[in-house]
Amino acid sequence: MIGRFSIRGVALSVAAPLLAIVFALTVTSLVLLATGNAPLGAFSTMLAQLEKPRIQVNILNSATTYYLSAIAVAIGFRMKLFNIGVDGQYRLAAMLAAAVGGAIALPPVFHVATIILVAMFVGALWAGIAAVLKVTRGISEVISTIMLNFIATGIVAYLLAPGRLAVEITGSNNIGTKVIPESGRVPGLPIIPGTPNLVFGMIIMAIIVGVGYWFVINRTRFGFDLRATGASETAAVASGVNVKKMIIVTMLLSGAVAGLVGMPQLLGDSYTYGLDFPTGLGFTGIAIALLGRNNPIGIAFGALLWSFLDNTSNSLEFDNVPKQTVLIMQGVIVLSVVIAYELVRRYRIRMVASDVGRQLDAELVTTAAQGGSA
Amino acid sequence: MKIATMLAAGALALAACSSSTSGTTTTSPAPAGSASAKSDVKVGLAYDIGGRGDQSFNDAAARGLDQAKTELGVEVKELEATAGETDAQKEERLTTLAEAGYSPIIAVGFAYATSLGAVAPKFPKTTFAIVDDASLSEKNPNVTSLVFAENQGSYLVGAIAAQASKTGNIGFIGGVNVPLIQKFQAGFEAGAKSVNPNIKIQAKYLTEPPDFSGFGDPQKGQVAADGMYQAGADVVYHAAGGSGGGVFKAAVAANKLAIGVDSDQYLTAPADQKPVILTSMLKRVDVAVYDMVKSSVDKAPLTGVQTFDLAKDGVGFSTSNDAVTPYTAKADELKAQIISGAITVPDKM
Repeated sequence: MIGRFSIRGVALSVAAPLLAIVFALTVTSLVLLATGNAPLGAFSTMLAQLEKPRIQVNILNSATTYYLSAIAVAIGFRMKLFNIGVDGQYRLAAMLAAAVGGAIALPPVFHVATIILVAMFVGALWAGIAAVLKVTRGISEVISTIMLNFIATGIVAYLLAPGRLAVEITGSNNIGTKVIPESGRVPGLPIIPGTPNLVFGMIIMAIIVGVGYWFVINRTRFGFDLRATGASETAAVASGVNVKKMIIVTMLLSGAVAGLVGMPQLLGDSYTYGLDFPTGLGFTGIAIALLGRNNPIGIAFGALLWSFLDNTSNSLEFDNVPKQTVLIMQGVIVLSVVIAYELVRRYRIRMVASDVGRQLDAELVTTAAQGGSA
Repeated sequence: MKIATMLAAGALALAACSSSTSGTTTTSPAPAGSASAKSDVKVGLAYDIGGRGDQSFNDAAARGLDQAKTELGVEVKELEATAGETDAQKEERLTTLAEAGYSPIIAVGFAYATSLGAVAPKFPKTTFAIVDDASLSEKNPNVTSLVFAENQGSYLVGAIAAQASKTGNIGFIGGVNVPLIQKFQAGFEAGAKSVNPNIKIQAKYLTEPPDFSGFGDPQKGQVAADGMYQAGADVVYHAAGGSGGGVFKAAVAANKLAIGVDSDQYLTAPADQKPVILTSMLKRVDVAVYDMVKSSVDKAPLTGVQTFDLAKDGVGFSTSNDAVTPYTAKADELKAQIISGAITVPDKM
């Protein structure tokens, strides 16, 4: 009976995301039809983009960034901590790390390591503020991290001025931190043939972070405490977990990973933090963490799917289909995944309850029979 | 970036309404019979975030493109940016256009500078242009920079504001605190001080980068302008794109004056706002885009850094509201001095 149940469980957990995607495709098709576009044509246009090596590189590169962001969010989610502040954490971290990277001269590996450590430190520090506020004053991290996003924006804007951390670029209306020299850059990987474009070397860092996340959450005492606290705080306290300490450590970890979010772009492509540095990645991370159900593999798929949609939306526009279609698709996918999993969760609880009930009944019958024969 | 412009309506009328009375105009009138002309030139336009319909900077470019389409018969393809995208995605957009044979390809906004710098060398036979950036043309012979002397136009409306102010107190509202908008502020303040050295100037930016919502949030514009009027200002100049609508609302409520930006906003404002829009600082992105396309159709594309300044009527002020008439003599005088070089307008704070 146990075996049958777990097969059903696996089937259910695969069915949920698939159903969600089918549902999202249906809704998007309806939207496309309503706006006078052919859904199949639009989808095949996007799929056809996958054959282009350049697009493949872009998909992997964006997914690397999205993945780190989603893991940062997921660390908090596992403990029911909503770190909405990944966005502010990564921007502040990337800006300060870029400034440090541009200002110092070190041998290659040390230079990169310093930049990354600065970024992780700044990200952790910024998230740590929200953690301290929560454990000392009981302020919801949802509110404080959103506020901290705005404060981060203000600080970055203040520091990103000529005479502070930014340098002017002649003839340009852009400003940025001093460009990081060769020694502080992470070389790209030529793993996609047919294009001179390179995949971010930081994709390896993303994989390491993913494996580390899985290991810490599933194979360590800390991870157990974290999951226990997320499942039931009172039960965790009763079993001796120091919840305050857990909140601080979890937020610091989440912030440190958030600090990495800007690194693939900074060390692999931009080499400077300017006005055109990508924004809003923290919020993309929230959506992908939801999509991937906080599971390192699920998040990888979620990040790739999201990145595929983002990087092929240009082709839609080229065929005169509004690229906002992709935004609708992304929104519907997240919503339907959340709903599908909730439905599956309830279904499972009912199944477990009825299984347990049946088992109890059977045991009662057996006991009664034994009692009768005694 | 996205400085305010208004609807496409009256694009042609605008050219005629430009305050200038002298000087060479860069908008060559369409040759007779060209309305039905067909050209084999394919124009690609890559917008910044917001794209066509942002009632702002992108729309100004779109207006120039529309004019080129109807008058020159060129084929056009318009693509727009997504919020939060990377340079790689911008590169992809420009590459797609270049591979499909579009030339010229016009990138709207300085945010394209890095990506265009990477793409242009790969397509040496394609003509590229970029609005609001002058950092690329030197190294890339196939990139034309379309830049504006926003500080000069702002200087003139600053002089008008100082003359019109009875309280000796005026305001500047910038959409987002970036170097480009600081250039507007620098010109405006210098112009106002040239008329009244003791004038009090309140300045405020609606948002800080990377939050670019200050270019599209009328509510923020209204609150900021309201505060300035209450603090004694009686003329407020905005360089805040779509947020400008809120500035005009606040001006109506306070019964004070406001100055528009990019397009002649008097022409497109609702009737109740018209009287308070004293003038507008014109930044003719549409002219730049049109000229670029026109020169490509004529097989002699513009090259290098093309500065659209007062001398070229690339910037200026509008005179469609009669209320501005008493102040234009002084402004025209200053304009002549700027063109002759007697006055140098600062371009940063």
